[in-house]
Order: sequence, then C-alpha cells, then structure tokens
Amino acid sequence: MTPWRRLSVLFVFLMVVLVLVGRALDMQVLHSEFFEKQGDARQLRVVSIPAHRGQIVDRHGEPFAVSTPVSSIWLNPKELIVVLDRIPQLAKVLRLDAASLQKKILDNQKREFMYLKRHASPELAQRVMDLSIPGVALQNEYRRYYPTGEVAAHVVGFADIDDNGQEGMELAFNTWLKGEQGKKRVIRDRLGRAFDDIELIRSVEPGKPLMLSLDKRLQYLTYRTLKAAVLKHNAVAGSAVVLDVKSGEVLAMVNQPSFNVNDRSQMKPEATRNRSVTDVFEPGSTMKPLTIAAALESGRWKPYYKVETAPGYIKVQGNMIRDHRNYGDLDVGGVIEKSSNVGISKIVLAMDAEDQWNMYQKLGLGADTGSGFPGEATGRLSISALHNDFARASLAFGYGLSVTPLQLARAYTALAANGMLKPSSFLHNEEIVAGERVMSAKTAKAVRKMMQKVVSDKGTGKLARVANYSVAGKTGTVHKFVAGGYAEERYLSIFAGMIPADSPELVMVVMIDEPRNGKHFGGDVAAPVFSKVMAGAMRLLDIAPDKISDKRLVVKKGVAKQKKPTEGGRA
Amino acid sequence: MDKAQVFDTDYQSRLASVLRAIHIDPILFVALLLLTAAGLGILYSAGDGSIELVQKQGVRLGLAFLMMIIVAQIPQHQLYLWTPWIFAVGMVLLVLVLMAGDVGKGAQRWLDVYVIKFQPSEMMKLVTPMMLAWYLSERPLPPGFKSLVISAVLVLVPTVLIARQPDLGTSILVAAAGFFVVFLSGIRWRVLIGTLLALLASVPVLWNLMLDYQKQRVLTFLNPESDPLGSGYHIIQSKIAIGSGGLYGKGWLNGTQSQLDFLPERHTDFIFAVFSEEFGMMGAIVLLSLYAFIILRALYIATRAQDNFGRLLAGSLSLTFFVYLFVNVGMVSGILPVVGVPLPLVSYGGTSMVTLMVGFGILMSINSNRRLLSR
Repeated sequence: MTPWRRLSVLFVFLMVVLVLVGRALDMQVLHSEFFEKQGDARQLRVVSIPAHRGQIVDRHGEPFAVSTPVSSIWLNPKELIVVLDRIPQLAKVLRLDAASLQKKILDNQKREFMYLKRHASPELAQRVMDLSIPGVALQNEYRRYYPTGEVAAHVVGFADIDDNGQEGMELAFNTWLKGEQGKKRVIRDRLGRAFDDIELIRSVEPGKPLMLSLDKRLQYLTYRTLKAAVLKHNAVAGSAVVLDVKSGEVLAMVNQPSFNVNDRSQMKPEATRNRSVTDVFEPGSTMKPLTIAAALESGRWKPYYKVETAPGYIKVQGNMIRDHRNYGDLDVGGVIEKSSNVGISKIVLAMDAEDQWNMYQKLGLGADTGSGFPGEATGRLSISALHNDFARASLAFGYGLSVTPLQLARAYTALAANGMLKPSSFLHNEEIVAGERVMSAKTAKAVRKMMQKVVSDKGTGKLARVANYSVAGKTGTVHKFVAGGYAEERYLSIFAGMIPADSPELVMVVMIDEPRNGKHFGGDVAAPVFSKVMAGAMRLLDIAPDKISDKRLVVKKGVAKQKKPTEGGRA
Repeated sequence: MDKAQVFDTDYQSRLASVLRAIHIDPILFVALLLLTAAGLGILYSAGDGSIELVQKQGVRLGLAFLMMIIVAQIPQHQLYLWTPWIFAVGMVLLVLVLMAGDVGKGAQRWLDVYVIKFQPSEMMKLVTPMMLAWYLSERPLPPGFKSLVISAVLVLVPTVLIARQPDLGTSILVAAAGFFVVFLSGIRWRVLIGTLLALLASVPVLWNLMLDYQKQRVLTFLNPESDPLGSGYHIIQSKIAIGSGGLYGKGWLNGTQSQLDFLPERHTDFIFAVFSEEFGMMGAIVLLSLYAFIILRALYIATRAQDNFGRLLAGSLSLTFFVYLFVNVGMVSGILPVVGVPLPLVSYGGTSMVTLMVGFGILMSINSNRRLLSR
C-alpha cells in the first residue's frame, strides 16, 4: 500500500467522522430547539378535564342524581386506517360487527376523533386498552345515574350523555350543576394514551350540588299511590302535587305515565312531560272554594247567608246551569259541601265582577308560579269573562279557565296559610318565605271550615278522610274538553285538599285523567289517593294528630293498655 | 510507586500476555468489550426496561466473543487455503435461498437447515472480501485490467444475488467489502475515478432494477415529509429523537421519543437514536470515538500484516465495519436512506453480531500471524 493510499484512507475516514460529528452538532446543538418542538408537537396534547356534575339531592340530602367516573373509548380514524388488520380484534372485544366497524372507520377516515363506546365499564375499557392498538384511547367522563329512577324522573329530569341538562331541574340548573371543565397539557405516547401530566392550564371547576325541596320518602309514597290508582281506574294519565304550606315548597310531584330515566332508549315523549307543571286542565268544582273566598272577601257574602238553589237549575244568558239534583236552600258552606253549580253561580252574579276576577288573579291562576320549571304552562284566565255573566258563572265552578295542577295546589296554600300566598319552589329554602297576603285569615279559616264538610260522612269527598286527622278539601269531576266541545263520557277526576284542616301543613292536588273503569267522580277516584298519601305523610313528617277518633278511644278502653294501629294512621 | 500500583500493572500485563497467548489483541478486545457493554446498557432502555431482552443479547454476545476467539486460533494460511471453497459454498447457498428460502418480513433471506435458520448473505460479507483478497494477492499489484474485470465479477455476482432477495443493506455492505479489497490492492486513481463515473452513469439503470419498496425508501429519504405516516415516519421520529437530545441528552431511560413508543425499531436499527436522545451530542461523540478507536486499531493491524492476503483482508474488514457504522448512523440521522443496517455490535439481533465478531476473529488471526512470523 502506497503512503498516498494510506493517507487517503485516513483522510476519507476523518472526513466521514467529521460529517457524523457535524451532523450531531447540527441536529443536537444548532437545531436542537426545532427538534424539541417537533417532539413536543407529537407528545404533548391539551386535553380537557371533565367537570364532575353536581349531585341533585332531596331536602334531607338523599340522592336523586349522581355522577360516577367512567371511561369512554374513542379512536383516531386517521391512525387506525394504517392498522386495519387489527379491527377484528377490536370488534371482538367490543362485541361489534367487524365489517361494519371497519366501514364506519373508513367513512370517517378524514377525521381524527370518533367515539367507539361511550361510558364503558372499567373492565371493558381495560380489555380494549390491553390490545394496544395505535389510535385507540380512553377519555375520562362522568356518567349520570338516577337512583330513584322513574319515581322522580319528571322533576329531576335528565342530562344527556355529554352531561347537558335536557329536562326538568337538570335543564333548569344546568350551568350550576355542570361546572366548568378544566384543561391540562399531558405527555402522551404513540397510542395516544396519556402518560403523564405536564401542566394545568385551567383548573376544573366542579359543578355544584343542588338540593331540591322534594322529600324522597314522600315522593316514593305519592308515586306508588298514584300509579296504583291510575292502573286501578285504567286512566290515561295522572298527576299529584304535594306542597308545604309554610314555605310553598314542592314536597312531592309525580305524574303518570312516567319513564325510566336511566334507560331512555324506550322513552316516549308523552311519558317525559311533567304534567303537573306543563299540562293544563279545567279545575271544575275545585274552583268553588276559591270563588267562595272571593265572595267572603268582597263583603257581599257571609258564611251564614242563604242561597236558593231550587229548582236545581238556572238559566244564565240563555245557557242552562244544572245541579245533580235540587238542593233547595243552602248556606254558603252548603254550596261547597253539595257542590252546587246553581248556588255558586248565584253567589258570583250577586257580587262585583272585579272582586271575583281579582281574587283569581291574586291566587296566581293563569300566571307563572315562579317555580322556574322548564316548560311551565301559565294556564289561561281570560279577562273577557268580566263582561259576561255566563262566563263569570262558569269560572265560579271551574270552567272556561285552565290551570296546572301546581297552580291549583298553590292557590289552595293561600286558603291553608290563612290568606298568605307563597311562591312555589322546587329548591329547598332554609328560611320561611313571608309570601303575600291575598285574603284575610278569617276568610281562609271560614272556607277551610266549609271544605271540612266535603270530607264528612255525607260529603262528596269522604274517601279523602285520614284517620285521626281533620281534612279540608274539594272534589272535582270535569268533562274533558276535546276538539269540538265537552266529551260526554270522558272525565277528569280531581281532589284538592289540605291537612290538618285547622292548621294545615300540607296541600295536595290529585288529578286523574280519564278513569275508564266505571268510577269517575273525583270523590271516588282522586280522593282515596289523597287519603292514602296524606296518611303516610303525617306519619313520615311526624305531624301531631288533631282529631283522635272516637273509635280509637273505644278500642283503647276495650283492649286495656295495648295500643293498636288504626287503619291508615299512626297509633 | 507503591505496592498496589505495582500489583495493578503487573496484573494488567499478565492478562495481556494471556490474551496474546490465545491470539487475541488485548487493545481491540477491551475496546470491543467496552462497546458491547455500552450496547447492553442502551438496549435496556430501548427495550422498555426488559431485562429478558438484555439477557438474550448478553448470551448472544458471549457466543459471538467465543466465535471470535475460536476463529482467532485458525492460522492465516489455513484461512487462505479454505477461501475459494467457502466462497463456492456461499454462492451455492445464495442460489438456494433464492430458489427455496424462507420468506421473512417480505424478503427471502433465510435458509432453513432444520437445526438453525441460516442467512447465507451474512456469510458473504466475510467471504467476498476473503475471495478477492485470495484472488488479488496471487496477482501482481497493482492489478491489471484482466484482474480487475474478474474482481468485478467476483464482487457483483454475490451483490446482485443478495440484492434480489431483496436485501439492499447487506448487498451494499458486500459490495463495499469487495470494493475495499480492490481499492487497497492499489488500483490506479484514474481507473478508480473512471469506474466511479461509470457507476454514476449507471444509476438510472440501477434505479430500474430496484424493487418498488427500495425505490420508495430512496424517495422517502430525499423527502421524508412526503409520507409522514408511512416510510418517512421512521426518519422523522428518529431525527426528532436525536435532535431533541441536545448537548447532554435527556438521561438514561428518560428519552421521550423512545420511551413513549414514537420511535420505531428502536432496539434494532434505530438504537443509535435512542442513545443520542438519552446521552446527547456528548454521548454520541464518546460512542463514535469508541467506534473510531476500534476501526483505527483494526486498520493498524492491517498495515502491519505480513502478506498481501492478510493486509487486503484486514483492511477490507476494518473499512467494512466502518461502512456499517456510517450507513447505520447516517440513516438514523437522515443523511442516508433507510436501508436496514443495524448499528454494529449494539443493535439487538444475533446474525450480524456473529458475522462481525468472526470478522474480528479473522483480524486477530492475521495479527497473530505477524507475531508468529516475527518471533
């Protein structure tokens, strides 16, 4: 080997080594920053941190809606089209059809995100991740669960899979419950799996809990009882509202039909409506106590004044108003007890139209209850009735206007709370709301007294009685208004009442839509629901009995010292 | 001098003399040990901390060192005598592979001989330069025209056969090994330059002979961003790994590109990117220096060889090792296209390791031949 050749070999060797070192210098020192950025672009991702949706609880903190952490499996179609051969594996674990999954991925191949399975169980998520398929990753989410199911479905409502409130309180307080999701920068591996947190960009603000005014125990009781009644009478629908007299809070609100809020795949729109708030009906005879209140308040009528109802019908502006039979002379209380249409018509026609009208308005009929419930109906109370005697008479016994069950119940709380009307609320109030005086305490007490007769042995609402408690209430049986007029054989059965009558704690309205098993009177269909729910409610809320029945005293004497429970009530 | 140092020096020299007695060059031996130890360390990181992977590689290394020691015991004249026969066997095997080889990773490279799978193309990396050294050392040097033509045939036939398997990386190394023998034999500069120009002119012809995926690799090399999810992916991820390593690196086991699975083939062909990411430019320079030291030591052995056969063969083996290194580091850092050449003695895998160590065994045999003669 010539020295030249040796030198040239060494020279080339040196040059090549220099090229390699130069390359290292170029990449690792001069352009190191560029490559670092490129690396970051591949490894760093900004991901959102889901916010925990606030719980919804009842007034005692019992849960109506809770969120639990789950994983959703998603994939990046752009990455998956490179490894199409792994799709059958993926499909097998997820129990999907491989061909249709592949088609779905190919259809979305321009996109970078596609859900594979929302809210998967942790085991399934783990099994999918164990496949280590590039482009398949997990996303932490929360799944909403409603422990009370369809019992409180209408009031609580529901949130969709993305945690947006869709119905009920979930919708009304969505922002409050939802909170704000955070953002963080994570380092991720090639498969898109988050590897480590790098920095927090915005901390997550969890949703705040919401305490409803509902009492879960009472809600359950009301739900069970109403459902049984609707089934028993083969009714189309039903609603029941229980209000707390002192605060105006809604303690229970149920409707039939209801729906399984945890599995909404079979959900029908008619079942999801909170009919107690969104649907209106003509209150019929349950209007009469309110009309009487207006009459007493106007000063034109006193409770002991007599009204002649003979011969059992009256013609007003050419329209016939009838009673079931001829009741003869009735005092004002008798008009309520017998539910005389003739009597109530005469009462209102003898007083100022304004006085009648103003009372209805003050009681919030035809107006928003202030509950803030989504989709709340205001009902209708038309001012044109002022100038038309027949319309005024119709209003007096509950036709020609429409109310929601909640509105009717709220109006009754004014009678129960000695003339104070309170705003309705679905949220638990710590302090007692003063409300607004709409009638004198004297009037309210007088009307309650009259309503107690309705549930006496001879009254139309005797099935609403609760053992050991005095009850005041009014039945209603309304011809259903259908297209073209009032239907002959289709009724709404209504009962509105309060308990204990002397110093009421609760007001309840029961409305059963179209009972089709023979019975249709409010006293036969709706009143027993009231009785059963209120009997339980007295026990649950620990309200002292105000009317110890004679029967019980006899029993007590007879059976020495042993106490025996009496039907429906607490011993 | 205190006692400990005396003992130390004494011990070292005794070890060296033991090694020399079994025909091992102590300097080259220690350098190879250092390099392979570093290789095992980086393999641990590249293999996601799998101790199993490191153990397997360690066993292979042990076997490869054993092979080196065994080959070092073969006297150089024996190698010389066997060369044409081994070459003939190698050629037959290459043809057999093309006819009945096993298809692995889309290429026919393996010959299943029941006991082990055998890759004849690996063997040709050593046998081709041996054959050329054998042929040219018999002729007057510098070689005449006829010798050059025959040499060209001896190089090109195995090269083309291997390229048809297809295995571009190995065929390049085989051609390089053959070319180095010719170059070192003293080919005239003008002949050399003329040949290179002729090769350049034949590039379009070669292009047409290449298979689609080979063309793709070259195209991707010229513009890796053109196919970021496909073939360009390797190069982009590898360059990011090296570049983001910076001056001092991210630390052992801390390379993000490699540990987060972005870098493909990271325990085999792309292991240099892992090393550069975790140890930075400083680490890369230390590693390259170790390689340079080994190559220079091997070239030194070549220059001191006693005859043409030893000198040509040793020189060619040294330079082939160098090409090995350059092609791998070049492709990983984006200077050269991706041709599937492992980082010598560091990448995971047994075949090339054994070949390389047998090559070093031959070098040591040549080295001790000189000593035997001079004794």
